[in-house]
Amino acid sequence: MFSLEGKNALVTGATGGIGEAIARALHAQGATVSLSGTRAEKLEALASDLGERAFVTPANLSDRDAVDALLPAAEEKMGSVDILVNNAGITRDNIFMRMKDEEWDQVLEVNLSSGFRLCRAAIKGMMKRRSGRIIGITSVVGVTGNPGQANYAAAKAGMIGMYKSVAREVASRNITVNTIAPGFIETAMTDALNDKQKDSILTSVPAGRLGTSHEIASAALYLASDEAAYVTGQTIHVNGGMAMI
Amino acid sequence: MSDIADRVKKIVVEHLGVDGEKVVEGASFIDDLGADSLDTVELVMAFEEEFGVEIPDTAAETILTVGDAVKFLEANK
Repeated sequence: MFSLEGKNALVTGATGGIGEAIARALHAQGATVSLSGTRAEKLEALASDLGERAFVTPANLSDRDAVDALLPAAEEKMGSVDILVNNAGITRDNIFMRMKDEEWDQVLEVNLSSGFRLCRAAIKGMMKRRSGRIIGITSVVGVTGNPGQANYAAAKAGMIGMYKSVAREVASRNITVNTIAPGFIETAMTDALNDKQKDSILTSVPAGRLGTSHEIASAALYLASDEAAYVTGQTIHVNGGMAMI
Repeated sequence: MSDIADRVKKIVVEHLGVDGEKVVEGASFIDDLGADSLDTVELVMAFEEEFGVEIPDTAAETILTVGDAVKFLEANK
């Protein structure tokens, strides 16, 4: 089960904890992967660690031209993009009344608009092949809200609405479009929190611990697989029970 | 019928699974041939592939009938 032999996957944000774990999980099941991110050296290191079936396609998703060039670049390296994982994301936290226009715009651009463009580009080939998988990494805060993250939560909630709409449009072509909503996961993003902040977070997590990026990657692997063909327009919550939706 | 019209007809018949007799110049993809909006996008993609042309979105939106497609492809071959 869950074999991805012969499938080609593009993963954005592959230098981050979750993106790297997803790329590794898809690759381990036989997929060819194209790793995207802003740090080319780190991408190269990951690609050489994975060995064969791994390519590097760096792109800064705040740059629209770079976004438009990314899908064609990945298709050129791999031949097609059968699985698109929109994982890249940034935070520019601030309390709402102090939030700058730039903080809002940057987060919406990278976390939501770049994904719109990548999905649109990827769907063309998927329609022709009559199969495809689009997976977006959203966040629990897109559903619950979070103080200091109005921009991030808006982008993540926007992803969920967009993915559901696209899912309805392309379901008849055997293309599934789903999101995964991680809760608090051990990554560089949560490493920035101090122990007191972490303790306070954990009181709201029934599982009593942070999640691991591997646990997010496992959900992505399922959604990417043939076994998940009947799952579309869904959000899989992987959060240790902190929000039961 | 021109060569282009023949090829357009073949694509429409194959893609929409309709009777060739219905694929006449004035036939609307959506109103007469049962296409949905996604089918029309796919037809344009199929025309692009068959004729090796690029059909920009602004032009694609004006291709509503079989005749529209033939006319566009004859003008842009």
